[in-house]
Amino acid sequence: MTVVAAQPVRPRPAARHSAARNLVVTEFKLLVREVVPLLWGVGFPMALLSVMGAFSSGPDKSLGGFSLVAAYEPVLIAFTAATFALQGLPAVFAGYRERGILRRLNATPVGAGRLLGAQLTVNIAVVLVATAGILVVGDAAFHVPLPGQPAGFLVALILTVTALLTLGLLVASVARTGRVAGAAGTMLFLPLMFFAGLWTPQATMPAALRSAGDDTPLGAAVAALQHSMSSEWPPAADLAILAGYTVAFGLLAWRLFRWE
Amino acid sequence: MTANALEITGLRKRYGRKIAVADVSLRVAEGEIFGILGPNGAGKTTTVECAEGLRRPDRGTVRVFGIDPYRDRADARHLVGVQLQESQLPDKLTVAEAVTLYASFYPGHVDPGALITRLGLEEKRGTRYRKLSGGQKQRLSIALALVGSPRLVVFDELTTGLDPAARRESWKLVEELRDQGVTVVLVTHYADEAERLCDRVALIQDGRVAACGRPEELIDRAASGGAAIRAAHVTLDDAIVALTTGEPR
Repeated sequence: MTVVAAQPVRPRPAARHSAARNLVVTEFKLLVREVVPLLWGVGFPMALLSVMGAFSSGPDKSLGGFSLVAAYEPVLIAFTAATFALQGLPAVFAGYRERGILRRLNATPVGAGRLLGAQLTVNIAVVLVATAGILVVGDAAFHVPLPGQPAGFLVALILTVTALLTLGLLVASVARTGRVAGAAGTMLFLPLMFFAGLWTPQATMPAALRSAGDDTPLGAAVAALQHSMSSEWPPAADLAILAGYTVAFGLLAWRLFRWE
Repeated sequence: MTANALEITGLRKRYGRKIAVADVSLRVAEGEIFGILGPNGAGKTTTVECAEGLRRPDRGTVRVFGIDPYRDRADARHLVGVQLQESQLPDKLTVAEAVTLYASFYPGHVDPGALITRLGLEEKRGTRYRKLSGGQKQRLSIALALVGSPRLVVFDELTTGLDPAARRESWKLVEELRDQGVTVVLVTHYADEAERLCDRVALIQDGRVAACGRPEELIDRAASGGAAIRAAHVTLDDAIVALTTGEPR
C-alpha cells in the first residue's frame, strides 16, 4: 500500500520562521514572473532617467536651479514607489482574496497575515533597491550628487513609502476584485503623479496649482525628497503631511480590511 | 470509548439576516470517514468552516480533538488539513513550489516530492497553476490538505468537476487515509460517493441535521418510513430524497 500521510520528515522547530521567509521568496519569484511590474516600476524610470540625463544641460533657473535630470530624480523615485504601492500591491492582494488564497492560508498554522507581510516586504525591498539604483546611476552617469542630507532623505523616503503603501492597502480593502483594485490604483496613480510633477515639474507649475499639490501625498513626497537631495533637512510641513496620510490611510485600511 | 475527532454541539451561524446553520450537532469518531450531505445552501460548508476555525460560531461549541478551532487556532490548524471549495493558487506558482511552500508551514510535514508522486502530479512538478487541468488543480489542493500530516482532513466537494476515473482515484485515496488512521470529513452532494466511502453520514437540510447514521440505516429508515420509493433497489440517493422531502421528522 502506498503511504500518503505518514512519515513526518525532519520535524523543524523553526518552521514558522522558515514559513515567513519562504512566503517572501515565493512572492518575489511571482513578482519577477509577472515581468510587467518590474519593467514599468523599475525599467521605465531608469529609462526616463537616462533620457533626461542625456538631454540635461546644466542648472536651469526655471527648475529652481536644478538641472533637468536632478529635478526629475525625486519624481522618478516617487514614480517607482507609487507603481508598486498603488498599481502592484492592491491588485495582487485583492486578487488573492478574490481567489480564496487568503482564506486557504488562514486554514494553515501560518495565516494570511504573513502573506500580507511578505507582500509588503517584497514591495518595500524592490522600491528601496530601485531608489538606490536611481541615485547611483544619476550620480555616476549624470553628475547628480547623492543626497546631501542622507538621514533626511531616508526619513522622506520611508514616509513616502508608508503613505503610498497604506493608500494601496486601503484600495485593496475596498476593492472587491483584483481587477477593480488594479483599475482604482491606476486612477489614483495618474493624478498623484501629476502633482509629483511627472508631466510638469513642480517648479514650473502655476503657484495656485503648486500649493494645492503640496498637500497631496506625492506633492509633499517630491518636495521633501528634493530638499534632502540638496543639503537641507526636508521641510517639517511636508513630512507631517506624509505622516498624516500614513496614519489616516492606515487606520481606514485597518477598519475596512477583509480577509474574504 | 473512542475519542472524538470532531464534536459539534448546537452550532448556529448567521450571515446578516440569513441563517446559514440553525442548529447542528454531530460527532465524528477518530478514524471514521464521515459524510456531510445535503442540498446546496443547506449549511454544509458553513458547518465545516466552523470546524476548520475559519468562522466563529454564533452559538454552540465546536471541538477538534478537544480543541476549540477558532480560539486555539494555532493548535487546531496543525491537526486539520483542509481542501476548500473554490480556493485557488497564484497563477504562476508551480506544483512543486506550492507543495514545498505549504510543507514549510507545518513542523511535521510529509515529504513533498513523495506526496506529489502519490497524487500523480510528478510530470506536472514544474507546471504553473494556471496551466493545470481542473482535475490536476483538484489533486494539488488535496496534496496541500495532506502535506501537514493532519489527523483530520476535511474535503469540501472532493470530486466535484472530476471525471469518473479521477473520482475513483480520489475515493481510493480517502480509503487509504482511513487505513492510516486519519479521520476524514467528506462534504458532498453525491450520494453514491457517501454510500461507498462513509462509515456514517449526516444529512443536513435548512441548517439542521435531518438524519444521521450509517448509510444502510438511512436507506432502511427511508424504505420503511412509508416514503414513496418504488425502485427495486433503494439507494442512499433515494433515501436522501425521501428523508428530506417526504418523511416527517
